[in-house]
Amino acid sequence: MSNFLNSSIGKKFLMSLTGFFLITFLLVHLLVNSLILFDQSGHLFNQAAHFMGTNPIIKVVEPVLAIGFILHIIYAVILTRQNQRARPIGYKQQKLSGSSSWASRNMFVLGILVFVFLAIHISNFFWKMKFTGHELLEEGAMGNMENAYLLVTTFFQQWYIVILYIIGAIALGFHLTHAFWSAFQTLGLSNSKWRKRLDTIGLIYTLVVAGGFAIIPIWVFIASLI
Amino acid sequence: MNLNAKIPSGPLAEKWSTYKSTQNLVNPANKRKFDIIVVGTGLAGASAAASLGELGFKVKNFCYQDSPRRAHSIAAQGGINAAKNYQNDGDSVYRLFYDTIKGGDYRAREANVYRLAEVSNKIIDQCVGQGVPFARDYAGTLHNRSFGGALVSRTFYARGQTGQQLLLGAYGALNRQIAAGNVKMYHRTEMLELVIVDGIARGIITRNLETGALEPHFGHAVVLATGGYGNTYFLSTMAMGSNGSAAWKAYKKGALFANPAFVQIHPTCIPVHGEFQSKLTLMSESLRNDGRIWVPKELDDAKNIREGKLKPTDLPEDKRDYYLERRYPAFGNLVPRDVASRAAKERCDARYGVGTGQAVYLDFKEAIGRLGKKVIEERYGNLFQMYEKIVDENPYETPMMIYPAIHYTMGGLWVDYELQTTIPGLFAIGEANFSDHGANRLGASALMQGLADGYFVLPFTIQNYLATQLGVARMDPANHPEFSKAIEEVQGRINKLMSIKGKRSVDSLHKDLGHVMWNHVGMGRTKEGLEEGIRMIREVREAFWKEVRIPGKADGFNVELEKACRLADFLDLGELMAKDALHREESCGGHFREEYQTEEGEALRDDVNFKYVAAWEYQGDQKEAKLYKEPLDYEFIEIKTRNYKE
Amino acid sequence: MDLTLKVWRQENRKAKGRFETYAIKNISPDSSFLEMLDVLNEQLIREGQEPVVFDHDCREGICGTCGLFINGRAHGPDEDITTCQLHMRKFKDGDTIVVEPWRAGGFPVIKDLMVDRTAFDKILQAGGFISINTGSAPDGNASLVAKEKADEAMDAAACIGCGACVATCKNSSAMLFVASKVSQLAVLPQGKTEAVRRAKAMVAKMDELGFGNCTNTGACEVECPKNVSLAHIARLNREFLAANLKP
Repeated sequence: MSNFLNSSIGKKFLMSLTGFFLITFLLVHLLVNSLILFDQSGHLFNQAAHFMGTNPIIKVVEPVLAIGFILHIIYAVILTRQNQRARPIGYKQQKLSGSSSWASRNMFVLGILVFVFLAIHISNFFWKMKFTGHELLEEGAMGNMENAYLLVTTFFQQWYIVILYIIGAIALGFHLTHAFWSAFQTLGLSNSKWRKRLDTIGLIYTLVVAGGFAIIPIWVFIASLI
Repeated sequence: MNLNAKIPSGPLAEKWSTYKSTQNLVNPANKRKFDIIVVGTGLAGASAAASLGELGFKVKNFCYQDSPRRAHSIAAQGGINAAKNYQNDGDSVYRLFYDTIKGGDYRAREANVYRLAEVSNKIIDQCVGQGVPFARDYAGTLHNRSFGGALVSRTFYARGQTGQQLLLGAYGALNRQIAAGNVKMYHRTEMLELVIVDGIARGIITRNLETGALEPHFGHAVVLATGGYGNTYFLSTMAMGSNGSAAWKAYKKGALFANPAFVQIHPTCIPVHGEFQSKLTLMSESLRNDGRIWVPKELDDAKNIREGKLKPTDLPEDKRDYYLERRYPAFGNLVPRDVASRAAKERCDARYGVGTGQAVYLDFKEAIGRLGKKVIEERYGNLFQMYEKIVDENPYETPMMIYPAIHYTMGGLWVDYELQTTIPGLFAIGEANFSDHGANRLGASALMQGLADGYFVLPFTIQNYLATQLGVARMDPANHPEFSKAIEEVQGRINKLMSIKGKRSVDSLHKDLGHVMWNHVGMGRTKEGLEEGIRMIREVREAFWKEVRIPGKADGFNVELEKACRLADFLDLGELMAKDALHREESCGGHFREEYQTEEGEALRDDVNFKYVAAWEYQGDQKEAKLYKEPLDYEFIEIKTRNYKE
Repeated sequence: MDLTLKVWRQENRKAKGRFETYAIKNISPDSSFLEMLDVLNEQLIREGQEPVVFDHDCREGICGTCGLFINGRAHGPDEDITTCQLHMRKFKDGDTIVVEPWRAGGFPVIKDLMVDRTAFDKILQAGGFISINTGSAPDGNASLVAKEKADEAMDAAACIGCGACVATCKNSSAMLFVASKVSQLAVLPQGKTEAVRRAKAMVAKMDELGFGNCTNTGACEVECPKNVSLAHIARLNREFLAANLKP
């Protein structure tokens, strides 16, 4: 096994597997968050958040997700360092725009952006809900179900936060445009026919996820103005 | 010298099996005691090195390229013949043998050619086993197409890259033996001398092309698989590095050189475009399966086309002269290469040529109409694309222009039935020898011969020789007087070349030689032309040794030095080619003497006086080479005038 | 055409290289890029300088020897070609052309524009073959291969080992090269017996020789002169994963 994980394909296998995990997580996360858009009372969202916070299965998955995420980052660093070393002397002139997408060539940078955004995002919500608590969470809390809705919607009333989240969603989107098909390809789950299909599915997924995550703060912000 | 071809007695069909069951073999424990040098990694060299390695011999394999996979066999496009008769169209070993002898215009050795046809089927099996992706039918069976000079479909192919796929198969087998430690590979290493000890070939001197170091290598036997010498003409379809030096060194050490004048001129190449042209590109013979060759019927139309006033597509059918179909109704566009080439030259000489005047059309309009563009694209897509990249014209819309070019050399080192030269312990296989194609090679037969020699002939016959060498211990080439002497000789030649410090580049002199060869020792040869050619070759040689300039140093990468070493040999070889052509007062196969033709312009063979292999022996730089004749006795077939008309 | 060339010159493996600028005149648009370099070399030799060293041999796009990085692209500004098939009509009069060797740790420069690609040979020696001894093969039609499979194997086998995939890949990954061989042999029934060993050995050798990791950017496929598809990399991944899953 250690041989396998030391091989280039083994390491990528891990990237792909953890990536799939994150892709799945993003979709679930978006589904829960989208409840903000559909129920102005916030009840639906709060219930979902409560469920996610207390359900034993989710509790098990949560640390696994965290480990997967950390592995994704560690292996990204290892692979990227190896890749840089593989070309000790660079070209004077290199044109790659015709042969590969910008995102595919900048996955590491995009990954860092997503990571930075994520750190901010966690400190904004998850950290408060899970550990430190917040006065808005208490306001109108029903039993032990916190008012996460209030925390989120209040937070998104600040324009610079909204812009930050839009940038985060864009970075995530670019990362995903390459990540989705790439994850299949690395597992060998692609061929000439499926490549086109997966590309399309990946694009739809990216638009839904990145678009969805961008729309929520915008929606809340606009709603607060009215 | 008595030329003994060592042909086994008995009926033709049994000679090879008789030979195999009675020859001497080396027992498995003794095989590892033998070192065998194989120079060249094309189809013949790679397959021989791999097969000898599998048997347990210690093989040293050399190539001047950066990898054995680059040898020029890789460029063969069309296919490989075999007498499988998978198409049920009446093919047989005998028919393949007969077609090859006839295609070679009765100037090849019967027993060798029969053996070639006999082992052809095993080659296909071997290659399939190696994973060569031959074209298949929908049922999953192997597919065939037809090639020039045959009335059956016996050509196996892998798209337009058959040579590449076969070579990669052999290269795979070679890689396996390299990994197993049985073959040691020396790449970017060129053989510059053959070492003879007590009259027996015992090794070679090589130059490491990167460091310039001269290195001696010992072998109980030396196998030359170094290809042909077509680059004597400068412009040819050969790779830029293809050269005749290894064979020429052997010749100068006493190996006889057979039929040097027998050169194949391939009819379907992209015409020359300008003076800086470095090489000619072949368009596979397979194109003649569906393409129709024509020139305008009227001189005026030809002139207008040349001047760009008329487009070929605008010329109506009745104004076109499909001259091959007209002259050779039975074989049409699929006549053998020599016939097709000469016919194109004849039309162009009569000023019916198109393009620069040195070109004819190869037209797919009819085939596209009959089969649809998709089928044509499937069959020849890569060739059409290649043509378009070079010429910048779309062959789906306008006919291709083609013209003959130097493509293959049937001549080469004289070898006996065992593929051994007249120097004991020196073997020559593939295009480097002369044995199987007579005066003209049929399409898809070069790959067959290279692999036959390397996989199925040499690994047996070399043992008959090695069995006599059992007691011979490995020599230490670094401390052996003959090897040291040979290194000194090579060093002397290199020093001489480096010290000339003239004004002209190697290529410019090579082009001069090429012009002389093409004009005087080319498709149409005459006594006067050849005599004039010999005189001019000598002039170029003199200029070379006075005026060549090789910048840089000899102890590092020096491409100009490499080229100069090769050109020095081409200059000598060219003269021998002209001399051989001059002495052979007949027309046969690729050798066409204008004095000897029928009233219809067909080759006029002289079986009474020239039914022999001309083998030349080196006598010294200032002396004329000596001619030996190996008579060709056809016991099993009746000699006829080649007739592709009916 | 009159052109300015910026060419990488490097004396030997150890020397430090530099770009040299050359002016060249009267180049026919119909000549090939390498013929243009021939003209340059003729000019340099006349001036008593050492000609530019570059790898080339067949000059018809099949031997895989040539490979130059021209104006930022492997094999230069045209599609589906090797450097020797690049023609000067792809450039404009007055252009400046930057010519560099392949750059990759696995392909050290030998001299000027010539690099050492023996790493490719080593990868294939690790297992890029079917272990069948001469003479031991069954009849060619003994096992049937569906036309689609034969075609697919041929698509992969078209690789000429030029190294453009490595040269163009931002990670200097050799995956397309390795995939072409693994995929060709994996598709054919003859190749299946050794599939496990082959995939493991070839990937291990590729990693050992210092090529980068594939990040599926797809640039290799676009610059490949023979159009070897990324689908073969997918198959290589599949073969490798399967090989490691097997006990």
